[in-house]
Amino acid sequence: MAPFALVDDLGKVGAYAVYLLIGIAFGASLEVAGFANARKLANQFYLKDMTVLKVMFTGIVTAMVLIFLASAAGLLAFNDVYVPPTYLWPGIVGGLIMGVGFILGGFCPGTSLVAVASLKVDGILFFLGTLLGVFLFGETVGSFDTFYFSSYMGRFLLPELLGLSTGGTVLLVVLMALGAFWMAEKAEGFFGEGITDARRIRLPVKLAGAGGLAALALLVMGMGQPTPLEKYRFMAEDKDPLLLERQIQLHPGEVIQVAANRQMKLVLLDVRSERDFNLFHILDSRRVELETLARGGLTKELLDEPPNAVVILVSNDELHATEAWKMLTGEGIMNLYILEGGINRWLDLFAVEGACPGGCRPAGVPVEEGELAWRFDAALGSQPPIANPDLFVDKAFDFTPKVKLEVKARPAGGCG
Amino acid sequence: MSHSAESKAFMNPYLAGGLLGVVLFLAYFFTGTGLGASGGMARLVAAGQDLVVPRHMDRVGHLVEMAGGETNPLDHWIVLVTLGTLMGGFVSALLNKRLKVETQKGPRISVRQRWVLAVLGGVFMGYGARLARGCTSGQALSGGAVLSVGSWAFMFAVFAGGYALAYFVRRLWT
Repeated sequence: MAPFALVDDLGKVGAYAVYLLIGIAFGASLEVAGFANARKLANQFYLKDMTVLKVMFTGIVTAMVLIFLASAAGLLAFNDVYVPPTYLWPGIVGGLIMGVGFILGGFCPGTSLVAVASLKVDGILFFLGTLLGVFLFGETVGSFDTFYFSSYMGRFLLPELLGLSTGGTVLLVVLMALGAFWMAEKAEGFFGEGITDARRIRLPVKLAGAGGLAALALLVMGMGQPTPLEKYRFMAEDKDPLLLERQIQLHPGEVIQVAANRQMKLVLLDVRSERDFNLFHILDSRRVELETLARGGLTKELLDEPPNAVVILVSNDELHATEAWKMLTGEGIMNLYILEGGINRWLDLFAVEGACPGGCRPAGVPVEEGELAWRFDAALGSQPPIANPDLFVDKAFDFTPKVKLEVKARPAGGCG
Repeated sequence: MSHSAESKAFMNPYLAGGLLGVVLFLAYFFTGTGLGASGGMARLVAAGQDLVVPRHMDRVGHLVEMAGGETNPLDHWIVLVTLGTLMGGFVSALLNKRLKVETQKGPRISVRQRWVLAVLGGVFMGYGARLARGCTSGQALSGGAVLSVGSWAFMFAVFAGGYALAYFVRRLWT
C-alpha cells in the first residue's frame, strides 16, 4: 500500500531517480504556468493577474481531492504521509517575512528556481539572496530558539480544528477555492490589463471543471475515511501472519525486560473494563476503551511517541488486546505488541499466596473468553507488589525474545 | 509581459494548476511526502559552509542535523527534487522558447534597482522560509493539500505580508 519505502524497494539510486523525476515535473509545471516571470507573480498583489492564486489553489485542491480519494479507497495509508507539523507562530511570522520578500523580490524559492533555469537575471539574483537569507537564519536562530520551537501542535489537521469530518473539510476547501477563483476573475476584470498570455478556456468548460472538482469532493465525503479496523483490513494479508505465527505476543518475562530496559520506553495500554482495571492492573499501565481506539482517538498521541517506544496491549486474555492490535496496526503505530495470555496469565505466573494484600484467588471455574479469571476481595489497582514488573526483573524466564525496535522510515519534510 | 514574439503563451492557470496538483499527488502517493524548494537551498548553503567551516557546522545546533560530522548535507531526497526543478524549468523554457537572458521588472524602475531589490527580497524570503520551516512549495502547497493547520495559517500570512506592503512599493511593479 502506498506510500512506498522507496529506498528499501528501489535502492538509493532508484529512489533518488524518482525524486529527480518528481522535481522535473514540478519545475516544468511551474514554468508552463509562467512562474519564471517575476512581474506576472507580483501582479498578483495588485489584483491585475491572479495566476498565482489560481495555480496554487487549483494545485492544492486537485492534490487534496486525489489524496483523500486514494485514502478512502484504501490505496494510500494517510497516517504514513508526511504532514508538516504545526508551529503556529513561527510559521505566521515567517510567512509575513516571506510576504515582504515576495513583493520586494518578485519570487518565492520554488519560482526562483525556474527563473534561474530560464536564465532570468533577476531570478538568479533573487536565488543568491535567498541563499544569503538561509545562511543568516542558520547563524542567528540560536538567539531565538525558544520562539522557533514555540506553539508546537504536531500533526494538526484542519478537520480537527473545525470539528468536521475529513470529507466535509475537503468539500469546504474546494468550495472556498471555487469562490476565490470567482472573485479573482472579478478582480482581474476590474484591475487587469487584459490577460493576453493565458489561453482562455470557455465558460462551459470552466464550469464543468468546477463541477467535476465539487463532485469528487462529494464522493470523498460520501465514501468517508476508513476507520482503523477498515485500514487494517486493507493490510490484513501482510499483518495476519504476525498474529497467527505469534510473533507479536510477548511472554510476561519479556514485558518485564522491556520495562527495565532504559533504552526503550514502555507504553502499557490496558483495554479492559474500568471494573477489571480497578481490581488489578500492571503498574504504570493506562486504561483505554477499545471504542476510543476504534475511532482513532489515541492515534495522534501514539504517532508522536519517540521511536524507542514499545507499545504493549493488555486485556484479560488476548481477545480484546488482539482487536486493539489490529486497530492500532491499521493506524500505522510501530513496535506494537500484546501481553501473551493477558492479565490472567500474569496472575497465574506471579500471584502466589500472600502476594495479594486484601486477597485474590483463581475463579476456580472456567470463565468466558475475554473475562477476568481471578477473583478479588477489593479493588487493588496496581498496589499489590505483583503489579510491579521491576519486582521480577531478576527472575529467570524461558522465552524467545520477540521485540525488535523498528524505526519506520517515515518520510520527513523537504523543508527541514 | 516582455517576452520575445515567438515565445509561446503560458498555459491556462487552471490547467497548469491541475497539472501541478497531479504532480503533487503523485509525489505524496509514491514517496509519502510533498514538494519543496527551500530545503534544497538550505542544504546547498550548509554544504558550502561545511567546506569552509566544518567545525562550526558540528557546533551550531541548527546546522548539526544537516552537516554534523560526516553527514553530507547534499545526500537528501530534497536536493534531488531541487535539482529536478531546475532541470524541468530549463527544459520547459527551452521547448516553449522562453529561455532568454533578461530581467523582468516594472516600467518605472531601472534594471539595477530591480537587481538590488531582487537580492533584498531573496534575503527576506530565505530567512522567512527557514523560520516558517518551509516555503510556498513545501508548506503552503504541500501542507495545504494534506490540510495541515500550520500550513494554511502560513499561507494566509504570506499573502497578508505581500498585500500589506504592495501599495507602498507599487512603484516597483506598476
